[in-house]
Amino acid sequence: MSARADTRRWLIQRASAMVLAVSVIVHLGVIIMATQNGVSAAEIVERIQDNYAWMVFYILFVVASALHAPIGLRTVIRETTGMQGKFPGFISSSIGVILLIMGVQAVLRLYGLGA
Amino acid sequence: MADTLEVSVWRGGEKGEFKTYTVPALESQTVLDIVTYIQRRLDPSLSYRFACRVGMCGSCAMTVNGKARWTCRTHASLVTDNGKLEIAPLSNLPVIKDLATDMREFFDKWAKAEGNFKPTKTRHDEFQTVKPSDKKRKQATAAIECIGCGVCYSSCDVVAWNKDYLGPAALNRAWSLLNDVRDAGNDERLRAISGDAGCHACHSTQMCQERCPKYLSPTASIAGLKRAAASALLKGKL
Repeated sequence: MSARADTRRWLIQRASAMVLAVSVIVHLGVIIMATQNGVSAAEIVERIQDNYAWMVFYILFVVASALHAPIGLRTVIRETTGMQGKFPGFISSSIGVILLIMGVQAVLRLYGLGA
Repeated sequence: MADTLEVSVWRGGEKGEFKTYTVPALESQTVLDIVTYIQRRLDPSLSYRFACRVGMCGSCAMTVNGKARWTCRTHASLVTDNGKLEIAPLSNLPVIKDLATDMREFFDKWAKAEGNFKPTKTRHDEFQTVKPSDKKRKQATAAIECIGCGVCYSSCDVVAWNKDYLGPAALNRAWSLLNDVRDAGNDERLRAISGDAGCHACHSTQMCQERCPKYLSPTASIAGLKRAAASALLKGKL
């Protein structure tokens, strides 16, 4: 085991969890409030255009998820399969990179739609 | 109260089977009394381990009706289920024979966690003054009464699925030393207990504190270690 690397992972996971705790509540809260009377994709796009605070918020949300999920996944793989070495870390970081690319793309596309 | 109890006892090593004995039910008898009765009156080949009989030495822990317990201080009447008792060796440790487990890995992990005191002073120095009200002293006091029985180790899910995990008792010991102002080994100790086989592997499922016969909270000690390791990392000491 590597004391430094494992402690760094632990810190990143706790820090990203704090970001996620707030962003998930805001995200769900807005969905529930905004969809009281039904909401269409067009309306969502219309509402968020020109509001870059929401873009920053969602990018932060994506980054936090892309950091948080792979660290947890790495532990799940190690503990359920007993696999040691670099493989669980490789698999989970790859999934983290995919999450990051897909997430950031989704946010940027949403903003690009109104342009 | 029925006159007798039906007691299933694990016989054999890693592979073995439960054998059932009929034992008189007596008032205030402990589970250890029952095991002793079986060995002395019914089957002298039964192996088990005990020493003090008063909850100090930590040798007599066994799995009683599925839960790890210190048998010398466990009243049979409180744990029997419909007049039945099932007594097995501790989980998560290799079985030597019957109810006796090989506790080497349990204690080796105390050493791996740097669980030994590293003095800063010699006998020629003045006594170190430690106030009972000191925060670190209070944290050490909360963790220090461990008797090394292995109940927490046997009850811990993380130990079950990660054989390298140091376990609640060894980490709790490291925490009590981390709070000992007379100790000089903390940088090394934090390196030893950080990581996937150390405090960061703990999922805080809290079975250790649920089952600890001394009502200690290794979970809280491990949480303290996680904070201490994070702080050492940020200070560049890890």
